[in-house]
Amino acid sequence: MDFLNALTALFNYVIIPATSYGSQLALGALGVTLIYGILRFSNFAHGDTMAFGTALTILVTWLFQSWGITFGPLPTALLALPFGIIGTAALLLGTDRVVYRFYRKQKAAPVILVIVSMGVMFIMNGLTRFIIGVSDQNFADGKRFIINALQYRKMTGLQEGLAIRTTSVITVVTAIIVVTLLFWFLNRTRTGKSMRAFSDNEDLALLSGINPERVVTVTWLIVAALATIAGVLYGLDKSFSPFTYFQLLLPIFASAVVGGLGNPLGAIAGGFVIAFSEVIFTYAWKKVLGYLLPASLMPDGLVQLLGTDYKYAVSFTILVIVLLFRPTGLFKGKSV
Amino acid sequence: MTPSIRALVVFIGVGLVYLIVGFTQSWALAVTILNDGLIVAIMALGVNMQWGYAGLFNVGVAGFFGLGGLALVLITNPPAPGAWAAGTPRILGSLLFGAVVIWGALRLYRAMEPGRKRALSMGALLLVGLILFRMGYDPAVNSVEAVTPASTGNIGGLGLPIPVSWLLGGVLAAGAAWAIAKTALGLRSDYLAIATLGIGQIVIAVLMNEDWLDRGVKNIINIGRWPVPHEVNLQKQQWFIHLAQSWGIDVRTASTVFVGICFAVVFTCILLVLLTLAELSLKSPWGRMMRAIRDNEIAAEAMGKDVKRRHLQVFVLGSAVIGIAGALYVMLHGLMAPQSYNDPLRYTFLIWAMVILGGSGNNWGSVAGALIVMLLWDEAESVGPAILGFLTSPLPAGLIKQHLIDNAVQMRLPVVGAVLLLVLRFSPKGLIPEK
Repeated sequence: MDFLNALTALFNYVIIPATSYGSQLALGALGVTLIYGILRFSNFAHGDTMAFGTALTILVTWLFQSWGITFGPLPTALLALPFGIIGTAALLLGTDRVVYRFYRKQKAAPVILVIVSMGVMFIMNGLTRFIIGVSDQNFADGKRFIINALQYRKMTGLQEGLAIRTTSVITVVTAIIVVTLLFWFLNRTRTGKSMRAFSDNEDLALLSGINPERVVTVTWLIVAALATIAGVLYGLDKSFSPFTYFQLLLPIFASAVVGGLGNPLGAIAGGFVIAFSEVIFTYAWKKVLGYLLPASLMPDGLVQLLGTDYKYAVSFTILVIVLLFRPTGLFKGKSV
Repeated sequence: MTPSIRALVVFIGVGLVYLIVGFTQSWALAVTILNDGLIVAIMALGVNMQWGYAGLFNVGVAGFFGLGGLALVLITNPPAPGAWAAGTPRILGSLLFGAVVIWGALRLYRAMEPGRKRALSMGALLLVGLILFRMGYDPAVNSVEAVTPASTGNIGGLGLPIPVSWLLGGVLAAGAAWAIAKTALGLRSDYLAIATLGIGQIVIAVLMNEDWLDRGVKNIINIGRWPVPHEVNLQKQQWFIHLAQSWGIDVRTASTVFVGICFAVVFTCILLVLLTLAELSLKSPWGRMMRAIRDNEIAAEAMGKDVKRRHLQVFVLGSAVIGIAGALYVMLHGLMAPQSYNDPLRYTFLIWAMVILGGSGNNWGSVAGALIVMLLWDEAESVGPAILGFLTSPLPAGLIKQHLIDNAVQMRLPVVGAVLLLVLRFSPKGLIPEK
């Protein structure tokens, strides 16, 4: 019985939160890794792309709510999501035309493109703050829980409760669907294959008649979708504020690099590695241990390895260790 | 135009704009912006040494800046004997122990054969080390933070004179930079960028959360200044009251402006010293070697230059300059507010925009870029709402108009971004190009 209680607590506080956070990071890291693979630079504006997409989606959600449109038990934001994606795609394609294309034609060094993306970051960040303000926005509606703690306790007779939030399930399900579609696209369609070819060897791809501009356009479209979906899922699960999303850049980069930049499978694995380590290192294990250990062995403290304020420190420690010992990431990434 | 005439024109232009601010808005505002500008100019000088001389991509600027501020607090604040008795030595001992454990793990890594055995023994050493460290560290931290928590609750300082802390601010930042460079400098440019971004954020997380060190988010106030007088004391001086009256300004405003000018003089002196040193180093054989390494690492290496060592050197030097700026910043405001550093846009990326705008590789350019961008940034707070109010005047009064005017200050972000992009596109060498 104690073991089951411990397992419940483990699921409730570690496995479920880390899985949904991991899915959000994985979607974000996929965007970063695709840009790195095709356009060959680390996009510092990615966190703000997510913020922009989410802000648009929130605005459309409010519009729908004011018209009285809802999505039953599911959050209205899911209905608004396609509009957010379209808006973000337009912004990214516009940015590419006005900003990035010039440097691509020049074959500028990757480091110049990174600085350029810093300029884009400023603009997107300011736009988002200007449009929606700097404060926290909570836009999740619909049913909050699939199972709440009380129902779970009644159902199982356990002392420990387990709550499964709708947003966690939506996050994981959406992530699975999106990743499946993405891999189907990359591996099975002609455009997807040309993208992979372009990423593997640009010159060879050009020689075999692949249109680079088309590849780049498709990449931005996919990145817009991935970034907006990741941002909206994160915002539904927690809450939205432009600054939090800017900060998400850190764990997202960590996920992409840990998995190996340019490698989509690696980005997903990296997302979960980072999410689980952040949660494991910053969770106070006292509760779980309390069920497992006899009272005499019980430690006094919270058994928390690091304060929650240091969760970014965890992802970066992992990032630096991976970079030092396996510079191309856990899965073979590329280096420009 | 030759580069030096161009530089002269740029500086005269910048000076005129500051004068216009003084005449049209207020001298207090002009001096405030100038002081902010001089401090970021020192920061920009540091970033320019790393990026402009050597091509090192450091986006952990905010972290080094914060460390400089921490140094000022730890050096100049009065000692706290209560905290010392409560457990300061124990905290320092635990930190030393932690460093020894990490050093031991690194030794183990070098001494053992690669494989599972090595990974396991390193993991075991680190885990046991962490547990022992926490057993020593946690109780000591709790008892130090329990000493008069409302006013201090931290380990206090050494009570040394302030100029010492300017230097030691640089030394502290340089020490951190050395540790970071030892681990991360081998990485490729954009990996280095990501690693420094992360490490900068970790430094700020430490400053924000370790209350025993600097009271964390509770801030430290009333930090000393030197050689600048306090406004309150100045207002009591007979000669100053006479001076203010003879100029026909009220004493309070006069004291603010006077103190601001004193700060500006101190900062300008320090900036000029650093600028001279930076220019001399750039023109020396060392500077030529650095630029040769930046332009072609492989060729420089083939000529027998120790690229890794030079990179380490310039990274540490540049970070030290940023640390000095950090100490000055805390002295200017008399306040250590670690939370405010948690804004990489303002404290890291904005400095980058200054260096790029001014002209990477040119020290004078970085200073000019800093003065210009800071003016833009600070003015957005006072002029931004007015401009937007004018632009939206045809709109009917309502929620949307109010929202636009309220968020007008955010427009400075896109403006800085646009300036950065325009410079990169149309004049990649910046306002004052490298010679």
